[in-house]
Amino acid sequence: MSVRMIDKKLIAYLEELSRLRLREEDQKEMAESLDSILGYVDTLSGLDTAGVEELSHPFAAVNAFREDVPDDSFERDRIMEAAPQQKDGCFRVPKTVE
Amino acid sequence: MPSTDMTALAAAKQIRNRELGCVELTKYCLQRIRETEPETGAFTNVLYDAALEQAAAVQKRLDAGESLSPLAGVPMALKDNICMRGAATTCASRMLESFHPPYDATVVEKLRAAGAVVVGKSNLDEFAMGSTTETSYFGPTRNPWDPGRVPGGSSGGSAAAVAAGQVPYALGSDTGGSIRQPCSFCGVSGIKPTYGAVSRYGLVAFASSLDQIGPIGRDIADCAAVLKAIAGPDPKDATSALRDPFDFSTSFDGSVENLRVGVPRNYFADGLDDDVRGPVLAAAQTLEKMGARVSEFDLPLADMAIAAYYVVACAEASSNLSRYDGVKYGFRPDGAETLEDVYIRSRSEGFGSEVKRRILLGTFVLSAGYYDAYYKKALQTRRMIQNAFHEAFGRFDMILSPCAPTAAYKLGANSHDPLQRYLGDIYTVSVNLAGIPAVSVPCGFTPGGLPVGMQLIGPAFSEPVLVKAAHAFQQQTDFHTRTPKRGETP
Repeated sequence: MSVRMIDKKLIAYLEELSRLRLREEDQKEMAESLDSILGYVDTLSGLDTAGVEELSHPFAAVNAFREDVPDDSFERDRIMEAAPQQKDGCFRVPKTVE
Repeated sequence: MPSTDMTALAAAKQIRNRELGCVELTKYCLQRIRETEPETGAFTNVLYDAALEQAAAVQKRLDAGESLSPLAGVPMALKDNICMRGAATTCASRMLESFHPPYDATVVEKLRAAGAVVVGKSNLDEFAMGSTTETSYFGPTRNPWDPGRVPGGSSGGSAAAVAAGQVPYALGSDTGGSIRQPCSFCGVSGIKPTYGAVSRYGLVAFASSLDQIGPIGRDIADCAAVLKAIAGPDPKDATSALRDPFDFSTSFDGSVENLRVGVPRNYFADGLDDDVRGPVLAAAQTLEKMGARVSEFDLPLADMAIAAYYVVACAEASSNLSRYDGVKYGFRPDGAETLEDVYIRSRSEGFGSEVKRRILLGTFVLSAGYYDAYYKKALQTRRMIQNAFHEAFGRFDMILSPCAPTAAYKLGANSHDPLQRYLGDIYTVSVNLAGIPAVSVPCGFTPGGLPVGMQLIGPAFSEPVLVKAAHAFQQQTDFHTRTPKRGETP
């Protein structure tokens, strides 16, 4: 792991992956800040982690099973209230299939 | 008579004894909010009418002889990333500006059952990503001790509301210090509970393996009472711990006799302001004089915590925030012509720049070719940090440290240098990585009169012991009773 240069091309790739579009004037600032943060993160490369198991959850996670009891879910209208656009009780989006 | 420095437990007691009415107290808090809010900006939304209705309903329950919690009838503020029906939950983001959640968070259900009165939703950094409350889409919150300074963050609105005497207590959330650091900056008390102690159902997710909801109050006894009311297993949160309720029955005997307190020498090295070092070390001496066994030690890996934290937190954030697509709820601009365009424009126009930075950073560390070097490495470091704490807790009951390297700083300081801001989280983030609890209590003031807090960190589910030490400390000191403006003991 070495200090990498976050360039415009990589920013564009990350924008595509995360469905974000930065304004052109913000791309440079974003690249600089990511570069400086990742440069700092590279301090981790000096740490010997050979053989250390990853910790993705604070405690030894054990599946917490419960009885499968049928219960009411949310009413459809209550969920649809928050939709930015809807039609006939469904979420509305631009046409996706010609 | 209500007053701005009344604790929640004292107010509730007056209500139970019929010396004070719920509606009267709520009106008093709302009036205080009206007076101070133009300067403080602690709320995204004050629920003037709903709060009075709620207060009247709680009074009715009390009058009917219903036995409610020790907090019944007391007004409070709810951080605006916690869902509650009947009001918007904005996360201080344009993305959720008009989002009305269809359900109550579990903590809200529990507070309602306990007879709490929610007077408003408190301000935060957008999606809780920040340590100043300046990234809020609705404008910054200001520190009641000095309106030119930040209240800390991300629960800056909650801490400022308590410090300004607007409400006796509030709920915040803590992903990397977001309860403890604003408590330190605003001179109030708080608890970041053990991961899993409090249900996260209804807390808008930032980094799911780090987030915890916790209380902020005028003293630690209030915080313990609130924690007791909101903690416990929840079928709606599979990560909530299946444990008995917290038992604080031995937490208020005022004794720290023989408690083993470790002071990590390396936390007090370069990078810590003298103005903070002084009060925190003095607090260690106070605990020693009271009978605690205080000794110095070196806590390994402190210098790796921020790097590991920002990798893990941003990775989880980039995944969690992918749900905001402009389709099911949240912001969506007019005129998007394709589905892809709906996604991209909703996210690009709905999120602020700090949120975008963290999404991009998280996307980077999870992307092919970088995953092992960054994300996997950070998770391994996380394990080593947790192990370092485990080892320390073999020798100590708790660790005493500063909450932040400085007291509250000026609005706008370092706003163009995100890394500098991240470095301010040095003392708090490792606690979240390890999933352990910490309390934050006032322990002094800078020469300029700004509050300084310390944190006591303990092993998982040791909240009763941490509260015991913090309460004993507050019996011996008066820092927590001082309020802005006067700066003196009331």
